[in-house]
Amino acid sequence: MISSSLSRRSLLKAGAAGLAASALPFGLARAQTPIVLGAVYVGPRDDFGWNQAHAVAMDILKQVPGVTVVEEENVPETDAVSKSMESMINLDGANLVLATSFGYYKPFVIESAKKYPAVQFRHAAPLWNKDTDPANAGSYFCYLNQAHYVDGVAAGLSTKTNKIGFVAAKPIPSVLSNVNSVLLGAKSVNPNATVQVIFTGEWSLPVREAEAANALIDAGCDVITCHVDGPKVVVETAEARGVMTCGHNASQAPLAPKGFITGAEYKWETIYKLYADALSKGEALPNFTVGGYHNDMIRNTAYGAGATPEAIKAADAAIEGLKAGKPIYVGPLKDNTGKVVIEGTKDNYDPELDGMSYLLEGVVGSTT
Amino acid sequence: MSDSSLFIVLIAMVGGAIRVSTPFMFVALGECLTEKSGRINLGLEGNLVLGAMVAYAGSYTTGSPWLGVLFAGLSGLVLGAMHGYICKLPKVNDIAVGIAFMSFGTGLAFFFGKPYIQPTAPRLEAIPLGWWSSNPSIEQALQVNPLFLVGIALAVFMSWALANTRWGLIVRMTGDSAASARAMGVSIDLVRLLATAAGGFLSGIGGAFLSLYYPGSWNEGLSSGQGLMAVALVIFARWDPIRCVYAALLFGAAGAIGPSLQSVGISQGYYFFNAAPYILTLFIMIASARSKSAAREAPGELSIVK
Repeated sequence: MISSSLSRRSLLKAGAAGLAASALPFGLARAQTPIVLGAVYVGPRDDFGWNQAHAVAMDILKQVPGVTVVEEENVPETDAVSKSMESMINLDGANLVLATSFGYYKPFVIESAKKYPAVQFRHAAPLWNKDTDPANAGSYFCYLNQAHYVDGVAAGLSTKTNKIGFVAAKPIPSVLSNVNSVLLGAKSVNPNATVQVIFTGEWSLPVREAEAANALIDAGCDVITCHVDGPKVVVETAEARGVMTCGHNASQAPLAPKGFITGAEYKWETIYKLYADALSKGEALPNFTVGGYHNDMIRNTAYGAGATPEAIKAADAAIEGLKAGKPIYVGPLKDNTGKVVIEGTKDNYDPELDGMSYLLEGVVGSTT
Repeated sequence: MSDSSLFIVLIAMVGGAIRVSTPFMFVALGECLTEKSGRINLGLEGNLVLGAMVAYAGSYTTGSPWLGVLFAGLSGLVLGAMHGYICKLPKVNDIAVGIAFMSFGTGLAFFFGKPYIQPTAPRLEAIPLGWWSSNPSIEQALQVNPLFLVGIALAVFMSWALANTRWGLIVRMTGDSAASARAMGVSIDLVRLLATAAGGFLSGIGGAFLSLYYPGSWNEGLSSGQGLMAVALVIFARWDPIRCVYAALLFGAAGAIGPSLQSVGISQGYYFFNAAPYILTLFIMIASARSKSAAREAPGELSIVK
C-alpha cells in the first residue's frame, strides 16, 4: 500500500520535473498571452451526467479573471475530436485543451500533442504513460469508484431482494471498477448482496438504457444504479417502477423523490481550479493528477428518501474510512469465473487497478 | 437456458415490442403514406427529433402531455409541408431535400431544446392491460400506452382507406403513375404536399412518444437514428401499413433480446445480441427480396424505383 502510493507520487514528481525542464520558456510566454482553455465534450453540456459534471466545473473556471473558456459539445470519439482541438488551438488560441471523453486519448490526443508541442493537453482518464506519451499531454482522473463503494454500502442495507442492478455502458476499467466497488461496498455490510450488470455497449443510448433498467427490475433487482453518460433515463425509469436508485456523475436526486438513496458525483472543479491557478501563475501543469475522497475530488449526493437510517450511518462511516485511506480491494479476491485476480490488499490509487478487466465474484454479468 | 429464463426473455420481448415499437410504427406509417404518393421523405428523423423536443417542451410549459403530442404533430406537419413544397419546385431531388431536412430538424431541436434537457415534464400515462396477471413482469410488459393502440388502429384505417376510398385511390394513382393522375385532373403536387405533410405529422407524434413515454425524457441522444430505421422499415414492409406494424413490433421485440438475455445471466456476446434487430432485418430483407412480386408492390413513381 505504501509502496504503491509512493510510486504514484514519484510518477507525479517525474512528470512535473520533466515538464518544468522542457517547458521553461513557456512559463514566461504564458504570462503575457491570454489563458484560453478549450474543453471538448462527447455529449451535451447538460446531460445530468458526465458532461454536465465537467461543464459545471468549467463554468466555475469562467469566473477566474484572465481565463477564457472555449467549449464544444457533442464531439464524437473519432477524427472529429482532432479537428475540434485543432480549431481551438489555431482559431481560439487555446493553451490548454481538456479532452473529457475516454476514447479521445488514443490516437487523437497523443497525435495532436505531438503536432502542437507548445500546447498542453489533459485527458480525463488515467491513460497517460510517462515513458511513451508526449510530455505536453497528461491525465487527470477522479476515482469515482470510491463514491460507488459508498453507494454500495447504502444500497446493501437498503435492498430487500439482495440484488442490485447496474446499467453499464462499456466494459472499460473505470466502469468495471465502479461495478466491483458497488459489490464490495454492498458485501461489506450485507454478505448476501449480489450485483447484476447489463452492458448497453454505448455511452448514451436512452432507449436501450431504459430497456436494461426494466430487464434488471424484472430480474428482481430492487436498487438500480448505472454508469452511462446521462443517468436521467435510468433513474426515472427505476423511479417509475417503484424501485430504489443510486446516482452517477452528477446529482439525480430531484429525479427520484421516492427511491433515491445516494449517488456518486465528481468534483472536477478541484482539478480545474488547480490548472487555472498554475496557468495564471505561469507554473508548469502536473501531468498526472488523480484524486478521490482523501483530496476532495469526489462526493456522494445527499441521501434521499430511499436510504434507511442504518444505510446512512454505514455510508457515513464508509466515507470517513475512505478519507482515511481505508482500502476497497482487500484480497484475495476472485473474479466471477473463479480465477483469483487480486492477491493482496490494494491501495485505492494502485495503478494496477487502472487496468481492471474483470467482474468480481458476486457480479452477474460478462465483459464480452 | 432454463424454462423460466426463456419465459423471462419472451415476456421481455413482448414488453419490448409494445414499449419500443410505437415510434417506429408512427414514422413508418407516415413514410408509407408519403411514399404511396410517389415521394420519399428521408428527413423524418428530423421530424422525430423535433417532435420529441416540441412534445417535451409543450408538456412542460402547458402541463398537459396530450397538448405536447399535438404540438409535436404540428411541428412535424410544418416540416413535412416544407419538404413537400420544396420538392414541387422544378429539378429538385426529394432524397437530397430529405437529407437536408434531417439535419435541419435535428438542428432545430437541439438549438431550441437546450432549456428542456433538465426539467421533468408530465408524461403520458399507460393503460394497465396486465391487471389479470399476478406476475409483475407480465403486468409491466402489458403497460400499454394509448399511442400504441392509436398506431395500430391508424394502420388498419390506412390500409382500408388506401384500398377502398376515393382519396386512397388518388394517392395510389399519384404514386404509381403521375401521367394518369394528371389525365384525371388531379394536382399531383398538391396530393404529394398533403401526403408529405400528413406523414410529417405522424412522425412528429412518434417523437412525442419517445420524449413523453418511453424512455420518457428529452435529450440530444434520444432517438439514435430510429427515424431513419423506420424509413427503411417501409421498404421492408413493402408499402403496406399493416406490415409496417408487424415490422415495428418485430424491431421492438428484437431490441429487447440484448438486455433481457443479460438479465437472465446469458451475458457473453452482448454486442452481438444488441445488434439483433439489424441482423434480423437484414435476413428478412434478403429472404423477401427474392420474390418477384416484391418489386411490383413499390409505387411506380418513387425515385428509387424509376
